Amino acid sequence: MNAVVEEHHDHDHKPTGIGRWLFSTNHKDIGSMYLWFAFTMFFIGGALALIIRAELFQPGMQIVEPEFFNQLTTLHGLIMVFGVIMPAFVGLANWQLPMMIGAPDMALPRMNNWSFWLLPAAFGLLLASLVMSIMGMGSAPNFGWTFYAPLSTTYGPDSTDYFIFSVHLMGISSVMGAINVIATIMNMRAPGMNYMKMPIFVWTWFITAYLLIAVMPVLAGAVTMMLTDRHFGTSFFDAAGGGDPVMFQHIFWFFGHPEVYIMILPAFGIISQIVPTFARKPLFGYSSMVYATASIAFLSFIVWAHHMFTTGMPVAGELFFMYSTMLIAVPTGVKVFNWISTMWRGSLTFETPMLFAIAFIFLFTMGGFTGLMLCIVPADFQYHDTYFVVAHFHYVLVTGAAFSIMAAVYYWLPKWTGNMYDEKLGKLHFWLTTISANVLFFPMHFVGLAGMPRRIPDYALQFAEFNQIASIGAFVFGFSQLIFLYLVIKCVRGGKKATSEVWEGAQGLEFDLPSPAPFHSYTTPPEVK
Amino acid sequence: MTVHNQQPEHRKPVVGKLLLLVIMMFGFGYALVPLYDVFCEVTGLNGKTGDQVSFTKAPVVDEKRLVRVTFLASLNESMPWEFKPQQSFIEVHPGKPTTINYIAKNTSKNSITGQAVPSVAPGLAAAYFQKTECFCFTQQELKPGEEKIMPVTFIVDSKLPQKMNELILSYTFFTSTEKNRVSKPALALSLNQDHKL
Repeated sequence: MNAVVEEHHDHDHKPTGIGRWLFSTNHKDIGSMYLWFAFTMFFIGGALALIIRAELFQPGMQIVEPEFFNQLTTLHGLIMVFGVIMPAFVGLANWQLPMMIGAPDMALPRMNNWSFWLLPAAFGLLLASLVMSIMGMGSAPNFGWTFYAPLSTTYGPDSTDYFIFSVHLMGISSVMGAINVIATIMNMRAPGMNYMKMPIFVWTWFITAYLLIAVMPVLAGAVTMMLTDRHFGTSFFDAAGGGDPVMFQHIFWFFGHPEVYIMILPAFGIISQIVPTFARKPLFGYSSMVYATASIAFLSFIVWAHHMFTTGMPVAGELFFMYSTMLIAVPTGVKVFNWISTMWRGSLTFETPMLFAIAFIFLFTMGGFTGLMLCIVPADFQYHDTYFVVAHFHYVLVTGAAFSIMAAVYYWLPKWTGNMYDEKLGKLHFWLTTISANVLFFPMHFVGLAGMPRRIPDYALQFAEFNQIASIGAFVFGFSQLIFLYLVIKCVRGGKKATSEVWEGAQGLEFDLPSPAPFHSYTTPPEVK
Repeated sequence: MTVHNQQPEHRKPVVGKLLLLVIMMFGFGYALVPLYDVFCEVTGLNGKTGDQVSFTKAPVVDEKRLVRVTFLASLNESMPWEFKPQQSFIEVHPGKPTTINYIAKNTSKNSITGQAVPSVAPGLAAAYFQKTECFCFTQQELKPGEEKIMPVTFIVDSKLPQKMNELILSYTFFTSTEKNRVSKPALALSLNQDHKL
């Protein structure tokens, strides 16, 4: 999408060839690299998921060894969380934040370059462990993306150290990205744009960046403790040496729960940009959106132990974490009702970004409701570690976060490339994706409630039909994404020229710039009234 | 044409503060370790029994109740000892001091120093289980082939909730002489071999 950014200004002085990308300090080029990186990882992580679903197509062992199956689930999770959703959101932030706040570029362009180029190194390490596993040189990480100790310490394969350093690099990359976002938003807003005039996407990223800074270092600490436990004789998680494996879970989920909101708050921002455009109405309840985002961010720090109800917590603790988790439904409900109120009596049109946004609202809310079911302590003892949990987090991450990213790409792609995408193909991609995602994930609720555990390569006969349906959905979903890839490439290469406004009802500073957006966004700051 | 950077002079303090926050949060991750221990100690969760207790006056003995205490012994995988309780369980009146013995024997050719880590199940009962004397308070050294009787004196608090009638006291011995530890790669290798069915 970047190759055709036309030269409107002779003074851009951008380097050519590979150097343009390696040494880039331009927010658009770096944003494009982030997005292409995420797209590549999406297909790699998706391929792993398809092997998982192929194995689960029928009971019994078909395609892979159980040991390799564990490596597949682990790497699928890690790649999708750290290699797809997070880099895609950072890519969107890079492209959009300077344009949306009327700045020429990000505040710290060189750090921006560094934070991107750490990612290929991090995932090179992680994927190297998988390649070595396929070549028969020992196991790749096989302890699930949550890497509970002592499975990942005492019993972890040798490649665990690749995993540890990979997580360190990802963490440094995310933290630098977050610092850049905050520095940009705090310092580079156009004159007149006070905090309560910022677009919601900017607000949600502002809060997300604080979450990243607060919890990525904790994750780095957790993997560092693992490293010293494995090699330097410490016993943080080793009961024999006075440590405690349950403490690992507390530290991990202290990171892990805010991480969940890191992956959904920017999605809320995207939906809050798209819905008003296609409803041709301003966003309903702007300030309540801001406060709801901030409340969700705050609550995310005091709910982590709801992942650990079955570890033997006292009743008082279980009740606290149950009620605090339920409380999150309040600000999230505020958001959902605001989106619906924005659409209410609007002049709706249903272009692809809007379709994805509406699917997001509906399907994410479903994922939110299963989350409410899971937070009820007595029920959670039944649901814990079953496919019900798998269904829940795929509804919030695939039809939630991933759908919002697709919506954002459709929404802003004409601004990035200067060309309209193929609307017919976009609609085809939307319907195939949405229907197949539900065929894929909805039956998981049923097998989960019936007791099928997650992370197993084989299952009891009674789960066979629902697993077959899910596997068929998975393959349709996976191959539908090739349409998306084709559509993006086609749009980058040409098509109907987009106007600067792109969409009839589009508001915001990015739509005051010509399409495609110039190499440097706002070289002179616009006036915001 | 030059690129305008608005208010660049404000940027440095922001980045500095954020970097400081990053370092603080990294430290906080580590601070969770002692915080976790303190929390467990205060609340008595997690089955971690407290340190030595001494009574200035005799505790109240509840003659009407009998609580069964079961004894378990286990060894860390790198510990070349034999270790077991002399009796598998005992029934005690809450409040009455009781002494039982564990027996440990060093079956290796080296002198080994070990440390026992106690644990009480159910975890919520740990706060009511008080040891006045225990081999776990200090490190124990056994010469090659030496056998040693290791006593523990405990009192089950008479305030133990009525619904709890069975406790399990478990000890795990691990080496504190580093050279006797089986190295991690060798251990991983043996595990990998087990996995190849």
